[in-house]
Amino acid sequence: MKIKSVLENYLFILPAVTIFLIFYIIPFIWVFQLGFYDWNGIDLSKSFVGVANFKEVLVQDPSWWQSVLNAGYITIIALIFQNILAFLLAVACDREIRLKNFYRLVFFIPPVLSEIVVGMAWKFIINDIDGANIVNRMFISMGLSQWAHNWLSDPKTALTTVALVHCWKGFGWGFLIFLAGLQTIPKELYEAARVDGANAWHSFKHITIPMMVPVIALVGILTILGSMQAFVLIMGLVGGEFAGHTSVPVLRILASMQGSSRFGYACTQGIVFGVILMMVSFIQYRFSKKRA
Amino acid sequence: MQAAASWGGKRILGLLVFVFIAFIAGGCSSGISDTRKAPGEQLVTVWHWMTDRQAGLEELGKRYTEKTGVKVNFELYAPSDAYTQKVRAAAHGQNLPDIFGILAEKRDFASFIKAGHVADLTSYVDADGGKWRERFFPKALAVNEFLPSNSFGVKAGIYGVPIDVSTIQMVFNKDLLKQIGGNPEKPPVTFDEFLALGPKIKGAGLQGLVSGWAEIWMIDCLANNYAFNIMGKDKVMSTLRGEVPYTDPDWIRVFGLFKKMQDSGILANGIVTMINKTSEQLFANGKAVFAFNGSWGVNVYKNMNPNLNYGVMLPPKASEKYPMAVWGGAGSSFLVSERSKNKEETIKFLEWLTDRDQQAYLSEVTNNLPANKECLTVIPGPLAQFADDMDFTTHPNTWDVSEFPAVTEAFNKGIQRIILGEKTPEQIGREVQEVKERELAKNNKQQ
Repeated sequence: MKIKSVLENYLFILPAVTIFLIFYIIPFIWVFQLGFYDWNGIDLSKSFVGVANFKEVLVQDPSWWQSVLNAGYITIIALIFQNILAFLLAVACDREIRLKNFYRLVFFIPPVLSEIVVGMAWKFIINDIDGANIVNRMFISMGLSQWAHNWLSDPKTALTTVALVHCWKGFGWGFLIFLAGLQTIPKELYEAARVDGANAWHSFKHITIPMMVPVIALVGILTILGSMQAFVLIMGLVGGEFAGHTSVPVLRILASMQGSSRFGYACTQGIVFGVILMMVSFIQYRFSKKRA
Repeated sequence: MQAAASWGGKRILGLLVFVFIAFIAGGCSSGISDTRKAPGEQLVTVWHWMTDRQAGLEELGKRYTEKTGVKVNFELYAPSDAYTQKVRAAAHGQNLPDIFGILAEKRDFASFIKAGHVADLTSYVDADGGKWRERFFPKALAVNEFLPSNSFGVKAGIYGVPIDVSTIQMVFNKDLLKQIGGNPEKPPVTFDEFLALGPKIKGAGLQGLVSGWAEIWMIDCLANNYAFNIMGKDKVMSTLRGEVPYTDPDWIRVFGLFKKMQDSGILANGIVTMINKTSEQLFANGKAVFAFNGSWGVNVYKNMNPNLNYGVMLPPKASEKYPMAVWGGAGSSFLVSERSKNKEETIKFLEWLTDRDQQAYLSEVTNNLPANKECLTVIPGPLAQFADDMDFTTHPNTWDVSEFPAVTEAFNKGIQRIILGEKTPEQIGREVQEVKERELAKNNKQQ
């Protein structure tokens, strides 16, 4: 009877486990396995190349590391600007201000928009083809014509422009998580601090920030994972790698897979990229834990 | 009560087991079982990516069913990237449909053949004294042909048939050309004449040449046109074989043309980040004087601006030594699956689809150039001008040797950097050659 009961339990979780195996575990094993092969995605046979793909990714492919650096740059900008903006807006909306629900709604619109739509819309706003771009016109009308610039077509500003649009697109997620975190801080702590003579800054520094460290860590990790993997927005804004200036790892993986038909090499790039993401996230997690 | 609950639990458990088994069994079944096929009915399944041609193809499918009783099912999978992945996955799972197309370079086409996915159509095309072969523009068929000397290791033969063709050339806005003092009936013929228009275009506040050069293959296309014009086909092929370096003065001259275009102001602002859709919008809206685009643009321009007054021209030649070449001949081709259960019926359908009446209809409703040369007399306006230059066409898929993808990427990105003013033609020549030598060494090692 007991065995039957145990079997029944296992049978109930079997569909979920099977789906997990088929769609997560087996593809992961295949990707890892393919990383050691040279395969064009069509041939029935694959040739084993050992660690040659890994060697190429790690030491012979400067375009790969350039793409990792570019993604790192976007991530740093996002960690700083996107998260600070999201945190400050969340703090503002956590107080009793007028129209706070309206602001919450507005701040959450960018994240729910499609990345390609955001890319195309911002391209229109900062479109530099015939001097019709809204940002440049604004600068000119403010007497700052020296600031009018080909933002997306200049290699010096293209990546920063992409990073800032990425921040605009992504800050709503952070805002929502920060707001949820702020609402879990007991109000009694602030009241007690006020009785003890603490001003707003002291309460923020000694109550809000320490209580929010785990949430900040979570948002930080999500920002790293989201920013390092951004590519659709880049396609929408600059149409691709822009002579390598806006190249990011996912675009390189796609180029290896579709452009060069090197599925094995693309899998190796995917594995290396996965390891990089795990390492960065782990460091961030450990750092936050220490601070907490 | 307890017994009832136990009975209910058993039923739920039984249902779960049934759903699970059905799920697994469903996953193991063939990917293209078609429930629309009635017993005894013959069905030809076609996979394609051409959104603009779906309605026309479906109409032709209906006509074929009325004529023969054979049902034709056109399945559209777009965008093209998703289609490409679907075909590759189906090939790997050995469940390709009766007819499919591949969007890839000749090297990948060869891989499909060598893996046994594509039927050899040579005997059908050459039957009855080559009646079927004779219908096509030779260059359109050549895209699907592997010659005995091919370097891909494929058995010589014809492995697909074209259903339409395209050429990639320049188009010019007649009204804008007149506005800047040019002759709308005589667009620039030489490269110097073309460059001379740059300052006039800038002065008039217009854009010069627009093209989707963010999608780097279009840069490759124009650069190869000029390579053919400056050094001739043989030397280009020798370069691909690794016998002529990219540091050769002729190649430096090719790279230098892009610097000259940028310096003269003939290139549109932000051309390196311009996707082709944007370039088509700018040209159709009368903001750009020239566009480098394919014959598919005729349909796009017609939809965006039916009153656009434009003409078609060959890219202005940079040298008198060799004729100007344009990429063309390659359009959309259909291949027959080697594992098709009704191969004969499928091939009969393809033969019908590429016949004069069907090709004329498809050309009329989609504004694409037909693959059947007998239809040329019924093609209207700018499309006919594109067709006129078919003699100048060449295409990498008709060459028996191809460049390494890494070299092509370095070549195209290098030209982008020349346009951005970051590198000189000489520097790019050296960089591309370095990649070429690395790839050759790797290739030799593998062999």
